[in-house]
Amino acid sequence: MSTGLAAKLTLARAVGALSRLRGGSATSAPGKALLRLEPNAIGELGARLERGSVVISATNGKTTTAAMAASILTAEGLALVHNRAGANMAGGIASTLLQATRPHGAIAGELGLFEVDELWLDRVVTQLHPRAILLGNLFRDQLDRYGELDTIADRWAATVREGSGRAARLVLNADDPLLADLGRERDGEVLYFGVEDDSLALAGMAHAADAKHCRNCGALYVFDAVYLGHLGHYRCPACGRARPTAPELSVIATDVRLEGVKAARFTLRTPAGTAEIALALPGLYNVYNALAAAALATALEVPLERIVAGLQDARAAFGRAESVTIGDPCGPRELRILLVKNPVGANEVLRTLALEPGEHDLLGILNDNIADGRDVSWIWDADFELLAGRVRRVMCAGTRAAELAVRLKYAGIEPALISVQPALAAALGAALADRPETPAGKGTASTDGATPEPPPLYALPTYTAMLALRGLLADGRSSVGEERSALP
Amino acid sequence: VSSARASALPPGRTLRICALYPDLMNIYADRGNLLVLERRCAWRGIAFELTACGLGESLDGDAHDFYYLGGGQDRDQRLCAEDLMRFKHTGLHAAAARGAVVLGVCGGYQLLGRSYELGPDEELPGVGLLDVSTVRADGPRLIGNVAIEVCVDGPADKAGEGGQARVLAGFENHGGRTQLSSEQRSLGRVLKGRGNDGQSGFEGARSGNVIGTYLHGPLLPKNVWFADWLVATALGIATAELAPLEDSLETQAHRDARRAAGI
Repeated sequence: MSTGLAAKLTLARAVGALSRLRGGSATSAPGKALLRLEPNAIGELGARLERGSVVISATNGKTTTAAMAASILTAEGLALVHNRAGANMAGGIASTLLQATRPHGAIAGELGLFEVDELWLDRVVTQLHPRAILLGNLFRDQLDRYGELDTIADRWAATVREGSGRAARLVLNADDPLLADLGRERDGEVLYFGVEDDSLALAGMAHAADAKHCRNCGALYVFDAVYLGHLGHYRCPACGRARPTAPELSVIATDVRLEGVKAARFTLRTPAGTAEIALALPGLYNVYNALAAAALATALEVPLERIVAGLQDARAAFGRAESVTIGDPCGPRELRILLVKNPVGANEVLRTLALEPGEHDLLGILNDNIADGRDVSWIWDADFELLAGRVRRVMCAGTRAAELAVRLKYAGIEPALISVQPALAAALGAALADRPETPAGKGTASTDGATPEPPPLYALPTYTAMLALRGLLADGRSSVGEERSALP
Repeated sequence: VSSARASALPPGRTLRICALYPDLMNIYADRGNLLVLERRCAWRGIAFELTACGLGESLDGDAHDFYYLGGGQDRDQRLCAEDLMRFKHTGLHAAAARGAVVLGVCGGYQLLGRSYELGPDEELPGVGLLDVSTVRADGPRLIGNVAIEVCVDGPADKAGEGGQARVLAGFENHGGRTQLSSEQRSLGRVLKGRGNDGQSGFEGARSGNVIGTYLHGPLLPKNVWFADWLVATALGIATAELAPLEDSLETQAHRDARRAAGI
C-alpha cells in the first residue's frame, strides 16, 4: 500500500471516530472524508477484493435483495464486504470498504456486495469495475430528488453500455420493460429473471404504474399480465419488442403462494434445475427480491442447493418486515414494521396486509425529510383504498401526520377510527395501549387460561420514520426487551 | 353530513368531470385531486360523473362542468400536446367560452398556455387558453414547498381589493419557466417558494374559470376550500350554497402544508 493512501485511510478513520463521538452516524462520514482525500478510493480499495465486486440497484428492494444475496453467498462460503446497513451512496460504500481494510492494507473479505442508490450507480460502477450488475426494478419514487423515471433509465442505459459497466455481467428483471431494454441496447451476456404465474395477474395496471410506452418506438405497450406496478408480461404492438424469453430468460418463479404477512413460497427454475423455496418474508415483492438474488447467484455460478439454503435462511433486512415484541405497561405486544416509501412499494405492503384476515391496528408515520422526499404527493398514488373496512384503529404520526389522515379518510376509512399525533413517541405509546377488547374465545388464549395475546400493531413508516422508530425501540431496549426477528 | 343548506342545491345535481389523459398525465398523484372532488360531492349528496378522455378521443366541450389536465413526464407531455391540438383544442375553447372550469396542474398548466419550449429545437404547441409561454431553462428545476395568496372572487393579484385573500399551499417541481403576457392575470402572489419563473413573484395563471398552476402535492387535498370553490364554480352556484363538511383533518393538513412552505 502506498504510504499516501495509508495516511488518508487513517485520517478518514479518525473522522469517523469523531463523528461517532459527536453522536453522528458512522455509516457514511468516514467514507465521505476518505473520498475528499482520495476521490478514487472506492476503485483503489475495491481492486483489493480477490473476487471482485457485484452491485445491486433498484427503486424498491435493494436492501432486502442484497441481504438475500449475502445469505446465499455466505452459504457458498464467501467472505463478503457488504454495506448491509443500506448506506448506498458513494460515502456509504467507501465507509464499508474502509472498515474492511486492515492496518497493513489487506482487505478482510473476498467479494464486494454493494447495494447502490439509483443516482450513484454510474459513479460507483466507473470506480468499482463490478463483475456483475443486478438491476431489479425502476418505479416512480421521490420525484423531487430522482426526477423523471425516463431520466434514470437513460443514465442506467449509458452505465451498462459504456466504460467499466460494459464488461460486467448484467442481471435484469425481464418483467420490467424499462430494464429489459437495457439488455438489448448493449453487447455482452445478459441473464434475465421473471415471474410466470397467471394466478397472480392483477385486473389492470395500478394507478401509479409508469412504464407504459415502448422505450424503442414510443407506442403504448400491451400487457398480457400485470403482477406488480408495471412489472408483468408485455409487448409493443408497433415494433414488436416484448418481454425477453428463454434462453436469456433463465431464472423463473412459478407457482407463487403468498402466505399473508408471514411468508411466501414459490418454485424456482434455473438452468441448474428446479427447487421449492420457502421464504420467511411476505409478499410478491419479496418473491421478486428472492428471484433477483437467485439470478445474481446463478450468474456467479453458485450451485442451486446453496441458493435454496441461502434464501430459506434469509431474514428481514433493517426495518423491512421486521417484527419486534415490545414490553408495554399493558403487557407485551408485537410490532411489525413495514417500510413504505413510494407508491408501488406501499401498494405491495398494503396488498400483503390485506391478505391477513380481520381488522388491523395501524400506526402510519409520514415524514417529509429529505431522505423521505420532501414531496408527500406519493401517498395519493398509493392504493390505501385496500384498507377500507379493514382498519380497527389507525394512528397517524410524523411531520405530515394530518396529510396521511386525510388520505385515509378519502380512501374510505371512517374518520372516527383515525387519530393524529405527530410526535412519534406519544403516537407509538397511544397506539400500543389502544387494544381491542378480547372477549373469551377471541384471540389466541393460551391453554393455561392466561390473557390472550393482543393482535399485532402494524407500523407503516417512511424511511426516516423507520429510523426514528427503531431509535425509539433501541432507547427503550433495557426496559422493553426488544427481540428482533423476521416475521415468524 | 347533510344539512338544511344542502337543500339549497337543486335536487339531482351532478358534477360532470372530464379528466384528460388520466393514464398519462398523472405524475404528481393527480388522482388525489379527482378523489377529493368526488368524495366531497358524495358527502354533500351531489352526484359525481367522471369521464376519461384519452389519446385520439375528441373532447365534447358541452358535456362536462369541469375539465382536468394533470402533469406528465416529457415523453407523455409530447404525446398529449400533439393530441390536444388535434382532438381537443376546439372542445376546450368551447368549454371555456361557456364558463366551464378548466384546471391544468404542472404539465397541464404548461399545455394550457401558448407554447412550451423544451429545448432550442423543440417547441410543443399549447391550447392557448392562457396567455402564457413556458421555456425549459438551463438552471435547476424549481422544486420545493410553496404557498401563494389568491383572491378567487376579486382581482387575482390584488389581495384585499374586492375579495378575501386566501392561501393555497402545495409543492412545485418544474424545469419550465412560465412567462405571462402583460394582459394575463396570475393565479396568485407567491408567499414562499418559486412560482411561475422563480423571479416574478407570481404563480399560475387565470382567465375566467380557466386556471393553471404549478402547485401539486396534490393541490386539492391540501386546500379543500379551493376544491369547494371549484365545485361551486363548476356548478354555477356560490360556495356558501354548499353544505358545510367536518374538515378538522383537512384543516390540519392545510396548516402543515403551509408550515412546510414556511408560513
